[in-house]
Amino acid sequence: MVEAVKEPFVSVSRASRPASKVGLLQRRSIRHLLGRLVLYPVLIAGGIVLLIPLAWLLSSSLKERGAILVIPPQWIPNPVRWQNYPDVWRAIPFALFVRNTLTITFFSMLGTLLSASLVAYGFARIRFPYRDTIFLLVLATMMIPGQVTLIPTYILFRVLGWLDTFYPLTVPAFFGGGAFNIFLLRQFYMTIPIELDDAARIDGCGTFQILYKIIIPQARPALGIIAIFGFLGHWNDFFGPLIYLNSKDKYTLALGLNLFRHGDMGLDANLLMAGSMMSALPCIALYFAAQRYFIQGIVFTGLKG
Amino acid sequence: MQEADSKPQPVRRRMSPSEKREALEGFLAISPWVLGVIIFLIGPIVASLFLSFTEYEVVKPPVFIGLANYTRLVKDRLFWQALKVTATYVFTSVPLSISLAFAVALLMNQKVAFLGLFRTVYYMPNLVPSVASAILWSWIFNPEFGLLNMFLRRLGVANPPMWLISTKWAMPAIIIMSLWGVGGPMLIYLAGLQGIPTELYEAAEIDGAGSVARFRHVTLPQMSPVLFFNLVMGIIGSWQVFTAGYIMTGGGPRYATWFYVLYLYNSAFRYFRMGYASALAWVLALIILFFTALVFRSSTAWVYYAGELKGRR
Repeated sequence: MVEAVKEPFVSVSRASRPASKVGLLQRRSIRHLLGRLVLYPVLIAGGIVLLIPLAWLLSSSLKERGAILVIPPQWIPNPVRWQNYPDVWRAIPFALFVRNTLTITFFSMLGTLLSASLVAYGFARIRFPYRDTIFLLVLATMMIPGQVTLIPTYILFRVLGWLDTFYPLTVPAFFGGGAFNIFLLRQFYMTIPIELDDAARIDGCGTFQILYKIIIPQARPALGIIAIFGFLGHWNDFFGPLIYLNSKDKYTLALGLNLFRHGDMGLDANLLMAGSMMSALPCIALYFAAQRYFIQGIVFTGLKG
Repeated sequence: MQEADSKPQPVRRRMSPSEKREALEGFLAISPWVLGVIIFLIGPIVASLFLSFTEYEVVKPPVFIGLANYTRLVKDRLFWQALKVTATYVFTSVPLSISLAFAVALLMNQKVAFLGLFRTVYYMPNLVPSVASAILWSWIFNPEFGLLNMFLRRLGVANPPMWLISTKWAMPAIIIMSLWGVGGPMLIYLAGLQGIPTELYEAAEIDGAGSVARFRHVTLPQMSPVLFFNLVMGIIGSWQVFTAGYIMTGGGPRYATWFYVLYLYNSAFRYFRMGYASALAWVLALIILFFTALVFRSSTAWVYYAGELKGRR
């Protein structure tokens, strides 16, 4: 299943359907036109359905207290209350949550990028006994559900005294950076011409100098994809922080938002929506800033079969 | 370094010093992964298998109790409820989301104008963090003030479902929410469809194939590896669903959304029954393994790999 991958990146170009030949029957072009008349309304309707919840999130986040409960719903808040956004920062320790999340995200991304690029280099470029067998093992680890290792790993971190610290969420990233990232990088490294290595070797570079002088600069697109999805993964992670972080001053944004969802400390719905909106903004911004990498990454994830 | 490949080595021989050096460098390069696998995978797997045969409540050392955890599982109604709930979710959400995503991808592959815009709009929900989206959908499903029921009432439904607080409708609600992410798999299918060689369609057309036949004999076989891969990943991922249940319903009402991993989480980190939770984890792993193997075994019947024809595999 895996050997089928020859090019790691599938170009996401415009559709290449069979070009309808000139001079075909008139009937066909009428059918084509009718098809278009159905196609666009269906696509547009689907898009609207998917956007409605988002629009409602945005609209609710700008409403006055209690205006969410008005029937029928106001789509355009009156008045528009931008103040909700700064208010969230004051109502809950939003800045602290953001800082915690960023700290965890930064260090686990660092660990992932460093160790995955090194390990992938070993599998792509250096020859050693049983290399390909070991690589199959790397792939096999992707099939193991995380719950099987969850409890002993938790106990391990408990013994180390690492509960309620960021270490359980960052340190494991330094050990290989995840099977999938190793796989992605190795596939990418394989497309870098080996002549570059040879030339560097003649210039006196050692094996590991080649990695950071030749391979890593060439592999920037793949590293970019890993960084993007690493960021999203850690920014959105809920399960890990839920298990390992107890004190509120260590909480990530995901945990923090959940904490202030209800109960005595519950935020008003409009503020909660503003907080949710703000937690989504970096991800949305990242999508627009790096759309190409983004789509390539998603496609690679799903097409490698 | 790669040129030594030219001469095949039929018998094993001793490595030359430079080969030894290279092998050493290779092991050095992969050593972080090797350490990681030992510390965070193999070690914990062995430990959790052991723990599943013990009673372990963290404060006291584990006590070996043989198969007692597993026999207790069989009698545990919450365990069967978790299985039922999660299986219901897996076998509705995964097929629905795959077929919906595939259908949308087929539509978008029809030389659509503004393809980039459509793609972005459909993908957008995937950019909302899971907690934010659980919070948002909790409001949408609110029986009184929620958007969904307001809409249903306007359509003339007098008593719209109570959604998350109804035993009957909580699960459909979570499935509906999961379909909001249809844009993710859609992007993958779209790229797959765009990768199908045009010649195949042209050849089929020359052979007189209509659009249905082209879909049946070109599109589907060409897409089958992608569909297969996403089916496997979808099944694995859906068995492990957690956040939606934890945040939106807490497993209720009356255990209607008592997802397997939610039960596992509660057993381990709420009741601190680590041994029992380990047994739960192993049963889950076996279930996932079973379904993965099942899909793999059936795949020879319906998955087509282009490489096979040329005898590459």
